[in-house]
Amino acid sequence: MGKFLKGPTLEGIILGMAIGLITGVGGYTFLYAKGTSYLTNNPEACANCHIMREHYNGWIKSSHRIVAVCNDCHTPSGFFEKYATKASNGFWHSLAFTTGRFPEPLQIKSHNLEITENACRKCHQDIVEAMEGPYPGNIRLSCVRCHNSVGHLE
Amino acid sequence: MAQIPDNAPLPDNPRRSYRVLLILITVLVAALVAAGGVALLVNILERKQEAKNPFYRVVELTDETEDPALWGKNFPMQYDGYLRTVDQVRTRFGGSEALPRTPTDVDPRSVVAQSRLEEDPRLKIMWAGYAFSRDFREDRGHAYMLEDQTYTERQRVASQPGTCLHCHASVYVPYKRLGDGDLIKGFEKMNQMPYHEARKLVRHPVACIDCHAPDTLQLRVTRPGFIEGIRLLKASQGIKDYDVNTMATRQEMRTFVCGQCHVEYYFKGPEKRLVYPWARGLKVEEILAYYDDEKVKDWIHADTGAEVLKAQHPEFEMWNQGIHARSGVACADCHMPYKREGALKISDHHVRSPLLNIPRACQTCHKWPEAELKARVETIQERTFQMRNLAMDALVDLIGDIKTARMSGKSDAELGVARDFQRKAQFLLDFVEAENSTGFHAPQEAVRILGKSINFSRQGQIALRDMGH
Repeated sequence: MGKFLKGPTLEGIILGMAIGLITGVGGYTFLYAKGTSYLTNNPEACANCHIMREHYNGWIKSSHRIVAVCNDCHTPSGFFEKYATKASNGFWHSLAFTTGRFPEPLQIKSHNLEITENACRKCHQDIVEAMEGPYPGNIRLSCVRCHNSVGHLE
Repeated sequence: MAQIPDNAPLPDNPRRSYRVLLILITVLVAALVAAGGVALLVNILERKQEAKNPFYRVVELTDETEDPALWGKNFPMQYDGYLRTVDQVRTRFGGSEALPRTPTDVDPRSVVAQSRLEEDPRLKIMWAGYAFSRDFREDRGHAYMLEDQTYTERQRVASQPGTCLHCHASVYVPYKRLGDGDLIKGFEKMNQMPYHEARKLVRHPVACIDCHAPDTLQLRVTRPGFIEGIRLLKASQGIKDYDVNTMATRQEMRTFVCGQCHVEYYFKGPEKRLVYPWARGLKVEEILAYYDDEKVKDWIHADTGAEVLKAQHPEFEMWNQGIHARSGVACADCHMPYKREGALKISDHHVRSPLLNIPRACQTCHKWPEAELKARVETIQERTFQMRNLAMDALVDLIGDIKTARMSGKSDAELGVARDFQRKAQFLLDFVEAENSTGFHAPQEAVRILGKSINFSRQGQIALRDMGH
């Protein structure tokens, strides 16, 4: 108890200033980078980075713009899974965009492709079932290999 | 942690020094984290600035601005790519290698491309009696077009007209100067000058103004040869008075600006007028028929006495027969594919083989791994090259047979049929040989032409045999 009546130690002051400085710089950067927008479903958040502008414009023109936003096809169902995917993609994509080290044209990675293929089945389960169902074994067709413009009309 | 030297005085109060150390570490860590935060902040700021598409006009460009460096002040990214055409990189069947050479008074070049004549001596037999049998090298990037033409040994064994500069220099401004503002008049004047005299009137290899309008930067055709050639071609298709600069679509222009020069041509009459032989169409047989009608020959073959033709880089004609042309893909889509510079989308002005740029050139449409795409192209090229070698052997056989018949005293009348077969076989073979894609621009068309060429060579030999030479 008595400890708190004494004046703050030098370490305390410096530690406080350090934490304050980091929080200030970090907080400002977070707001400047529209950090909160990433917690929403708004496609414009994905186009915060100009690298995604063409994909965003492609989506605007696509057949699915009425029924699906980015997250509908690019994140899995389930709150936890969705935000885990967002966090992981958010980190790796930001790292790539910040350092400028990524291949062009952009290529979807297999894990994210899997998420998208599953997303097709969220709505089109019946028709996919009819195509894949009758066959024995575990064959799985790729939807986007043929229907590659439904989400982004090039 | 720094080592404390043995002779250092012991700190009088270990607790105090511990405190100082703790404070220092706190300050250091905070500084690093804050610096990282600020660095990220600045990076985000830069990325946001990029997205604002800054474009600054610092130079006023006019229809007389010849120097590409001035255009480069307004368009630094495009200019940077344009400058990179100095690169010399080999591909499996094309590209070039920078070979050192000792400069001489007549040829100050210290770097050249490898000689094709040394790679395949059969070319010397095919071109016997023509300047190409003396010096013929692998082609290099656009940056070298003017110096390679100026200093090739072909200039010294034959006299060339000013016409050649139509495609090896930035001639738009010089033509207009020479013609007092009239492009076509200037073109006609320069065609008739000796090469080295005309050479003094030009300063740059192909430059910005040759393809772009200075005010709008829109693509435009400036070469009289193409303006007239495409008009002839369109007339043959029933389209009257075709004006390329007002009637072509933007996507067509992304091919036509290249077609200004990457074409088959000949010099017509004593005026040495540059003509693209498209009055009957673009296919090799249509071009050959046109040449036969016009009684065109490039030279008399030294060994056989046949009136033969030299085909030269008919990329535009060959590409027109292929699937990419049919699908509406333009030259620029593969040879100058779009790339991102910051947030700007620009076409890559480092014009080069798509094989050196597979991701942007091919993968935009073809979603296959890079290695797979390269293998597909090289498979096509390997097959074409095999056929080309067969055709080359067949032609060399025919030339040998005609030569033998000639030595044994056969008359011109008796040799006529075989010589005509040589003219045909040779032009068809050269049409694929001189075309810079080893068949890729139109794979089936290329092997079809080579197959026909082989047939003509063998028919020529049969004609001689039946004559009983």
